[in-house]
Amino acid sequence: MGEQSQPESAAETVRKTPLHDRHVALGARMIPFAGWMMPVQYTGIKDEHQQVRTAAGLFDLGHMGQVDVTGPDALTFLQSITTNNVADLEPGGAQYSMLPTPEGGVIDDIFIYRHLEGDGYFVCINASNREKDVAWMQEQRANRSDLDVTVKDISDETGMIAIQGPKAIDIVQRLTDTDLSQTGRNHWIKATVAGIELMLARTGYTGEDGFEFYGPIERVEDLWDALMDAGKDDGLKPIGLGARDTLRLEARMPLYGNELSSEITPLEAGLGWAVKLDKGPFIGREPLVWQKEKGVPRKAVGFRLLERGGSARSHYDVEVDGRKVGFVTSGAMSPTLGENIGLALVDADVAGVGKPLDIIVRGKPVRAVQIKMPFYKRPM
Amino acid sequence: MTAPRDLKYTKSHEWVRIDGDIATFGLTDHAQSELGDITYLELPEVGGAVTQAEPFGVVESVKAASDIYAPLDGEVVEINSTAVDAPDLVNKSPYDDAWLVKIRIADPAQASNLMDPDTYDQFAEESAH
Repeated sequence: MGEQSQPESAAETVRKTPLHDRHVALGARMIPFAGWMMPVQYTGIKDEHQQVRTAAGLFDLGHMGQVDVTGPDALTFLQSITTNNVADLEPGGAQYSMLPTPEGGVIDDIFIYRHLEGDGYFVCINASNREKDVAWMQEQRANRSDLDVTVKDISDETGMIAIQGPKAIDIVQRLTDTDLSQTGRNHWIKATVAGIELMLARTGYTGEDGFEFYGPIERVEDLWDALMDAGKDDGLKPIGLGARDTLRLEARMPLYGNELSSEITPLEAGLGWAVKLDKGPFIGREPLVWQKEKGVPRKAVGFRLLERGGSARSHYDVEVDGRKVGFVTSGAMSPTLGENIGLALVDADVAGVGKPLDIIVRGKPVRAVQIKMPFYKRPM
Repeated sequence: MTAPRDLKYTKSHEWVRIDGDIATFGLTDHAQSELGDITYLELPEVGGAVTQAEPFGVVESVKAASDIYAPLDGEVVEINSTAVDAPDLVNKSPYDDAWLVKIRIADPAQASNLMDPDTYDQFAEESAH
């Protein structure tokens, strides 16, 4: 047995989240990911995946980055560096967005939370892009000396945990006096959970209902323990990065580095709903307007494999009639569907639900058909 | 789980049972545990040749695809189609039901390159950290 690809480099200093020792005690397999030692799985990816779909799962997201953008011109500044319309956010509102490159590619995909009071915004960024994002935001701020805005990397003092799954809300409700049913999807509130004052955001990356908690990093262990205890009768289990990936894939949520990169535009990636070209000027707007007018050359499509041959994996070639038409961005055996599914970025002329693709697995074409996305939608 | 006493082992976490001129290959318990939920097995055809320390098959888990290396040279005489049809058998019964292939041994002397169970247990424990 030997790994065919080596996705991680352990050469650099690897950091630990405050929950590291708990993961080890729970029997997690720890791997270096984006500069952090993170649990990839505890009992098994399939098992953890199903736990989140049917009950609830707890995620250590201590590797994620957070940036506070404050000042009277925070809105104007964020509008200029993101794709979605920040002006749509009411206090306590949250939205998915992207930091575009001047060429229309993507520096990172992010979540923006408007502060409950004042002019500021809280931005959650990907672990793997933290330094790049912060440097980019600082550089753009420096370019706009006309704006009164402050960009502050608060990742080191911010703890982050998520609880996701059909039982998630009930579990959290046991630990707080605040009525959680009043907080809608993509909104956040300030609440005291297990005696800890936190930001509770009804957001997530699994396709299930649930919360993401942001709070003081020194209280993360207490929060984790209180949630694990409150959820034990409901089958709450810790979930590793492996199941986080299959969960988000079934829900067709993009992963930066797979579906998104500086070489892929949000329109090609099928994220046009988070690109508001009419919101006013922003970095990368012109190439995106141009691409929208001309039509995208490539499209993100979902597929399932029709024959046995292994799973589709990121960067595998995609062919039609022996001609290379694109590449796989993500793929896995879907634990919910029991089938091999994937996302690919292909030439626009071969894209379409029902149309065939060949996925080249270890040099051999495996037949696939394009299917509707998301692959999984939670029952309402 | 300690490695069964009657088998020999490779550094790439395959086991081999030698029975006369026939050898049976499989993946160790450590291997299946490291791989996690196994979703796919690709094995050579009967009659094909395998070479010591060269890949002869592929095992896929939810996480990744990995090569399986041959512990010895030889010609494939049988493959375990039950395991191909139900790859999670490798997780459930790595040393028994989920044997992978049987080969006719080409060079019995190559067995001296393999690890005994105690050496393998120690090796697997070290590679887990």
